[in-house]
Amino acid sequence: MAITSIKNLKEFSTNNDRFEGAHTLCPGCAHSMIVRELMNCTDDNLVISSNTGCLEVSTAVYPFTSWDTSWIHIGFENAATSVTAAQVMHKVRKKKGTLKDNDAPVKFVAFGGDGSTFDIGFQWLSGAMERGHDFTYICLDNENYANTGGQRSSATPVGAHTSTAQAGTHSYGKKQKKKDIVSIMAAHGSPYVAQLAPNKWKSMAKGFQKALEVEGPCFINTVSPCCTEWKFDPKDTINLTDLATDSLMFPIYEIIDSHELNILYRPKNIISVEEYMAAQGRYKHLFKPQYRHIIDEVQKDIDAKWDLLQRREEARL
Amino acid sequence: MSVESQDLNLCANDNRGQLQLGAGSGLVGWDEVTQGTVLTSFEGDATGIANKKAEERLYSDFNSYTASVASWRVNKPVFNRDICIDCQNCWVWCPDSSILSRDKQMLGIDYDHCKGCEVCVEVCPTNPKSLLMFNEHADLDESLAAWPEKKKKAKKSEEA
Ligand SMILES: Cc1ncc(C[n+]2csc(CCOP(=O)(O)OP(=O)(O)O)c2C)c(N)n1
Ligand code: SF4
Ligand code: SF4
Ligand code: SF4
Ligand SMILES: [Mg+2]
Repeated sequence: MAITSIKNLKEFSTNNDRFEGAHTLCPGCAHSMIVRELMNCTDDNLVISSNTGCLEVSTAVYPFTSWDTSWIHIGFENAATSVTAAQVMHKVRKKKGTLKDNDAPVKFVAFGGDGSTFDIGFQWLSGAMERGHDFTYICLDNENYANTGGQRSSATPVGAHTSTAQAGTHSYGKKQKKKDIVSIMAAHGSPYVAQLAPNKWKSMAKGFQKALEVEGPCFINTVSPCCTEWKFDPKDTINLTDLATDSLMFPIYEIIDSHELNILYRPKNIISVEEYMAAQGRYKHLFKPQYRHIIDEVQKDIDAKWDLLQRREEARL
Repeated sequence: MSVESQDLNLCANDNRGQLQLGAGSGLVGWDEVTQGTVLTSFEGDATGIANKKAEERLYSDFNSYTASVASWRVNKPVFNRDICIDCQNCWVWCPDSSILSRDKQMLGIDYDHCKGCEVCVEVCPTNPKSLLMFNEHADLDESLAAWPEKKKKAKKSEEA
């Protein structure tokens, strides 16, 4: 496949964008940073499908498209279904020799938000993974249903305020823990799953290239800070992603063939979960005396998860 | 001679920013579009488009590249070529594909697509920064003349 050079940023920047401006995502939205990286890390033809969510509605405001590739506009839960259908059709037509260019390399990619990936489109994603298609699914995880006004999803972490898990006198926001989607996808027998972040552009581009290259169903969860719902200044999207990876709220790692776990980023100075939370309005209430213990509970949980990741990396199972 | 961003002539077509539904564009309404409708991103054959620079492409009127979001901005980033080290941080993290980089050089900002989020300013590593925010209506020469001096790092003893 035609992989473009990601040795350093200068090399990388010689790629020509296939994701165009004048989409209507909020200023500073991380969704488009992630999509641009995916599309810039390969020269291959791409067939992309998106679940409904901020990315889909903002890049297809009729009569405009922001996609310089084939892009399928589909229902909330169907990106994995539609893109794998296209992949099967491509395979059959290639065999029959009825494609316009039989040798042109094509990659199939689905994008979904956390709402559609962790919850509403989960069954369809699971089905596509189980059928073993050659495609890559990328979740843009902003930990809420952003496009419809910030409802909680099963990706929302403990203590975050959302419009359906509100903080107030009797509530500290979401009570349930975040679903471990990466392990669930690895358990499908996927050859490559990973959790990546846009601030670590190189490991993200490398991970995307691996997923596109490896045959079979690959899954990548990407951290996508949402200034609107997490409540921070749009200029700080990358600063906030730094806090997310350095507090280990979002550890960066890959799992190859369901068992070979590699940690891709070890922060030199691990910062506290408190510092990460303090930078966002959605956790503001946790700094009141009656809810401070929640911060400690989340910290304990994050410490335990980091410990487990390291042990899994060592054990290779 | 080095290339400047204004040399790129990035206005893909005359409809840029003007193609609006109902403004005599001859399109059917969004609620009249039938299932399976295809909107093409380019005029004619799009083979090998990944290897073509924006200024070499034939964008169709459906491509959002031909639209503008300049009116979203209150403040705009201004670029100071003299300080820039071409690290391309601004290029990789701009969410609106608005950093014009060619041949490993940062040339300037695409003001039709920049929304003024200020991410590029935040990630610029030079001292002083090579990108700074100014009022949308600020004059380029005046902005450059008002550029701050190199900031000295605060000494430990002063901090204490
Ligand atoms: C079956 C179905 N249920 C609900 C909706 C309404 N809906 C549209 S976008 C959206 C939220 C998407 O959230 P997420 O997947 O996390 O993406 P984000 O907008 O956060 O990027 C919802 C609930 C829908 N379009 N279809
Ligand atoms: S609401 Fe959040 S995810 Fe949606 S466009 Fe705005 S910043 Fe991006
Ligand atoms: S202000 Fe935002 S949109 Fe404009 S060039 Fe900078 S990063 Fe891109
Ligand atoms: S981030 Fe700053 S130094 Fe780096 S290329 Fe952009 S303007 Fe130049
Ligand atoms: Mg979401």
